[in-house]
Amino acid sequence: MWRFVGLRTLQAIPVILTVITVTFFLVRAAPGGPFSSEKAVSDQVRAALEAQYRLDLPAYQQYFSYMADLFQGDFGPSFNFPSRSVNELIFQGFPVTLELGLYAMLIAVLIGIVAGVFASLKPNTLQDYMPMSLAMIGICMPSFLLGPVLVLVFGIWLDWLPVSGWGNSAGDKLLPSITLGAMYAAYIARLSRSGMLEVLSQDYLRTARAKGLPEYIVILKHALRGGLLPVVAYLGPAFAGLLSGSFVVETVFQIPGLGRFYVQAAFNRDYTMILGTTVFLATLIVVFNLLSDILSAWLNPRLRYQFRK
Amino acid sequence: MATSTSIDSATLAMPKGVSLWDDAWLRLRKNKLAMFGLGFLLLVLVLCLLTPWIAPYSYEEQDLRLGAAAASAEHWLGTDTFGRDLLTRILYGGRVSLLVGFVATAVALLIGVTYGAIAGYAGGKVDAAMMRFVDILYALPFMIFIILLMVVFGRNLVLLFLAIGAIEWLTMARIVRSQVQNLRQQEFVEAAMSLGLSPVAIIVKHLIPNALGPIIVYTTLTIPNVMLLEAFLSFLGLGIQPPESSWGLLISYGVETMEEYPWLLIFPGLALSMTLFALNFLGDGLRDALDPKASRD
Repeated sequence: MWRFVGLRTLQAIPVILTVITVTFFLVRAAPGGPFSSEKAVSDQVRAALEAQYRLDLPAYQQYFSYMADLFQGDFGPSFNFPSRSVNELIFQGFPVTLELGLYAMLIAVLIGIVAGVFASLKPNTLQDYMPMSLAMIGICMPSFLLGPVLVLVFGIWLDWLPVSGWGNSAGDKLLPSITLGAMYAAYIARLSRSGMLEVLSQDYLRTARAKGLPEYIVILKHALRGGLLPVVAYLGPAFAGLLSGSFVVETVFQIPGLGRFYVQAAFNRDYTMILGTTVFLATLIVVFNLLSDILSAWLNPRLRYQFRK
Repeated sequence: MATSTSIDSATLAMPKGVSLWDDAWLRLRKNKLAMFGLGFLLLVLVLCLLTPWIAPYSYEEQDLRLGAAAASAEHWLGTDTFGRDLLTRILYGGRVSLLVGFVATAVALLIGVTYGAIAGYAGGKVDAAMMRFVDILYALPFMIFIILLMVVFGRNLVLLFLAIGAIEWLTMARIVRSQVQNLRQQEFVEAAMSLGLSPVAIIVKHLIPNALGPIIVYTTLTIPNVMLLEAFLSFLGLGIQPPESSWGLLISYGVETMEEYPWLLIFPGLALSMTLFALNFLGDGLRDALDPKASRD
């Protein structure tokens, strides 16, 4: 197990380095310098600005000094808010995004697994078709459509819940979390249904039943562990999806999170902010994929053996 | 759906052997949802192809005095804030959405099939290296990269095709590679080799045609993903730019005015969702029909 964890972690490092390098040079390749669109500034001011952001150095030196700063956890200053560092903006926005992501994940996992397991117990009956049709709707209803529709129905027509904001009024966290989580609930429902169906026909479950165990123990203790493996493997990619999904949800509900900052930075061409956020989010996603893989390996010994050569 | 075992009497009564494709078509025809998906999709395709001739109004036509009006006999789905006919705009937007869906999927198909076939055919170290590279790409957060690309290089349609295509080829490559790997062991490939056919000819003439089933299935399931991605980017203002229009863009306009004019959100939303529905149903149906052993997730 430790060998697996070690090897898998080593694999993640080149991925993160690639992400940082590609992002750095992509942003640098952008046509027009970050100050070229500003109102005309004197050459001296421009030189001072470029020196401040180290733009006067050759590209490879900029790259190495940026990497050196990164390893000390410094993302550099923001172009658009010169008085604030990218670190400050990230640490202001990220807790909000994380909270939103966790609620959405909670909704996705709870609803998804319950619906999927429920459907798998009686395949090809109404008990199967009902939740699976709902799941299909969830998959075909993207968050940028579901969010506004929920706002329209529950926020404006019924006037039950606030239409925007985060933590300002009671219940304003509910709609964004549902919007973000719905699609993943749908995927998880489909995954857990097919995973359970595969496990339910296996011999060890017949053995468990033959031992005279009550059905709920057979399902909860024996079937779930194997049946939910695909769901565990999906958690890493789902988290990545949740983070990029939060771009839309935070924009729709005007939530001051990292996703909204990123989209704003994209529009303002705030290059250091884009670079910093990309590196931050990408690293996070890679780390979550890693954790998801380790968790899968812990649950499924067969995966571990691939690494024992 | 377990239709795989049911070979009905019509099949058995046929004098000659039933090809994979006949068999698959029979199975698909029994799947009502998939047939609905196919029908709906054909309808949308025909409507969008013929849009310039059948649209009730021209693309630019405005009626500012009318403003945003609800559905009426003249404007079946109502008009937007500039008094433009919504049905016309949805039809034109559909052309762009479908175009992105098909072209970007074609890009993904081309890269994925080529890459996967080469890796599967070569085997050994080449295969290991090529698939390792795919694994690394899988771990990259592509959504963020696409946004980055659109910001850095401006928002143009060709770049959008390439960027989306560049993400979606990964799974295709994996599928084709495992198919080719299995097929490569079989005698007909050995026979082709001993006849002196070049590797390229073997891949193109023998291996890919035999892997066509999974390729078709996965292509059908890629198109809705791509369309979703395009709509997502357009919604954020990073995809299709006015005066071009797409369903994602129409939805984002609809959101701005949904309080007063909800139909501007609802109809484009329905168009997108229904099409995605149809594609997913068709994809699932094709999977059951062409590849009965594959699991549904």
